[in-house]
Amino acid sequence: MTPLLEVRNLVKEFTRSQGLFSAPSVVRAVDVVSFSIAEGETFGLVGESGSGKTTTGRCILRLIEPTAGEVRFKGEDVLAFSRARMRAARRDMQIVFQDPYSSLNPRMRAGDIVEEPLIIHRTGRKVERRARVAELFELVGLDPTQLARYPHQFSGGQRQRIGLARALALNPSLVIADEPVSALDVSVQAQVINLLMDLQERLKLTYLFIAHDLRLVRHICDRVAVMYLGKIVETGPTESLFAAPAHPYTRALLSAIPIPDPAVPRQRIVLDPASFDRTAPLREVSSGHHAAV
Amino acid sequence: MIRVGFVIVALAVFVAIAGPFLSAYDPNAQELARRLEGPSLSHPLGLDELGRDILARILAGARVSLLVGLVVVTISSVTGMFFGSVAGYFGGRVDDVISRVVDVLMAFPGILLAIALVAVLGPSLRNVVLALSVIGWVGYARLVRGQALRAREFEFVQAARALGAGSPRIVLRHVLPTAFPSVVVQATLGMAGAIIAEAALSFLGLGVQPPTPSWGTMLDAGRSHLFDAPHLTIFPGVAIAILVLGFNFLGDGLRDRIDPKMSQ
Repeated sequence: MTPLLEVRNLVKEFTRSQGLFSAPSVVRAVDVVSFSIAEGETFGLVGESGSGKTTTGRCILRLIEPTAGEVRFKGEDVLAFSRARMRAARRDMQIVFQDPYSSLNPRMRAGDIVEEPLIIHRTGRKVERRARVAELFELVGLDPTQLARYPHQFSGGQRQRIGLARALALNPSLVIADEPVSALDVSVQAQVINLLMDLQERLKLTYLFIAHDLRLVRHICDRVAVMYLGKIVETGPTESLFAAPAHPYTRALLSAIPIPDPAVPRQRIVLDPASFDRTAPLREVSSGHHAAV
Repeated sequence: MIRVGFVIVALAVFVAIAGPFLSAYDPNAQELARRLEGPSLSHPLGLDELGRDILARILAGARVSLLVGLVVVTISSVTGMFFGSVAGYFGGRVDDVISRVVDVLMAFPGILLAIALVAVLGPSLRNVVLALSVIGWVGYARLVRGQALRAREFEFVQAARALGAGSPRIVLRHVLPTAFPSVVVQATLGMAGAIIAEAALSFLGLGVQPPTPSWGTMLDAGRSHLFDAPHLTIFPGVAIAILVLGFNFLGDGLRDRIDPKMSQ
């Protein structure tokens, strides 16, 4: 079976000019990243800030043009799409952003925000679109009587639901969730996570879940990839990766998870970047579980 | 401050609309026997060098000043918003070309360029508006470009792109609205600038042609009677100062409302 999304050797370099007389410096934000996601799966991409996980997500959607590599969606090469073809393809792959404050236009009403994708893709007549918006509001657990409100009149969790409704308006099959709950209160995080999982089941969604919260990833992801400085250093089924982390970075990352029991002795591992070879290729350590060691 | 500005501007707009009905005199009716006469009960602001009622001419001149200001600001801001948002949103070579044109136009002293343009095109109200718009749009373009540059990175703009929105839609629906408040402030302050510029060009004989009353031409006419009949220059001068002050108060006040951080 072909995977829904396949990323091969993705590279994104950012060049930064350093004044008139010195050569521009090149930063490799994404450094030859490959992974694939099967239909209906939740794939977690974890790593610290600056590890390139967000850039990877944006490259897949071509919100940032990758420098090199291949992105195959339903077997088709997304990077080869024309502008018109890409716009049509966007129906099928959507994104939920991290910050529910900056991801909604503060000057638009909630109903208009959710209706916008339908207008862009010329879906239905006005009445039908409004009905669909109300339906989407209910789907994500919002009150359809609040369509005329502005984003600032909603709480953070509600705003994230609006962002989710907007992403789901066109019935996408892939949703890239870029740290969808990290800006929310812990109590609200759980509600939004449960909603995401519930929607996945009902709408047969496939998630690329970008996060730095490992507990969350363990809770909802089927498979995980750990990114460090632009590279995937370890990838595998969630259970196997959490049970037997093979890469020193993964071990350090896992040791940073708080344990809600003061009686348990903590062993916080501090990563020594010299302790491993950053150029080591991924190799299989157990079935489906690869690590760059 | 914003209230004072608002009252002055509202009053000026009212005068410009109702002008002819507010004064008992026709602004062009001459009473040659009483020329240069100072303020009196029958003529509160006195009479000019041709015996015309100065109050009536100031009221009528408000219309020219506001009209020029409004038309110049509308043309400049729409043009500036277009080029500024295109430059800021698309960046790259498009931005380079537009920004260089803006730089060149900004390097000229504005009023000098306007004088040169009107001198070439011939003195008329229409050409004054044209000349002031040619130099006026660059300020808006630079302002909007900066805002568009910032807005391009906003997540809701990224979201619109991810939804498949085309560039025109993104610019019109998401980028321009973020710049709009600053444009309104700039336009209010721009009204003041345009009014002064129109008065200056008319003063130099390049703007409104006699006998149409304009505050600039009134100043010009009063210049030769500066010592024997100073009221000819004082009253139109005061009118210009008050209206410009009004727009400046209004513009500053609006800016404080929109961006409280600037109000220190």
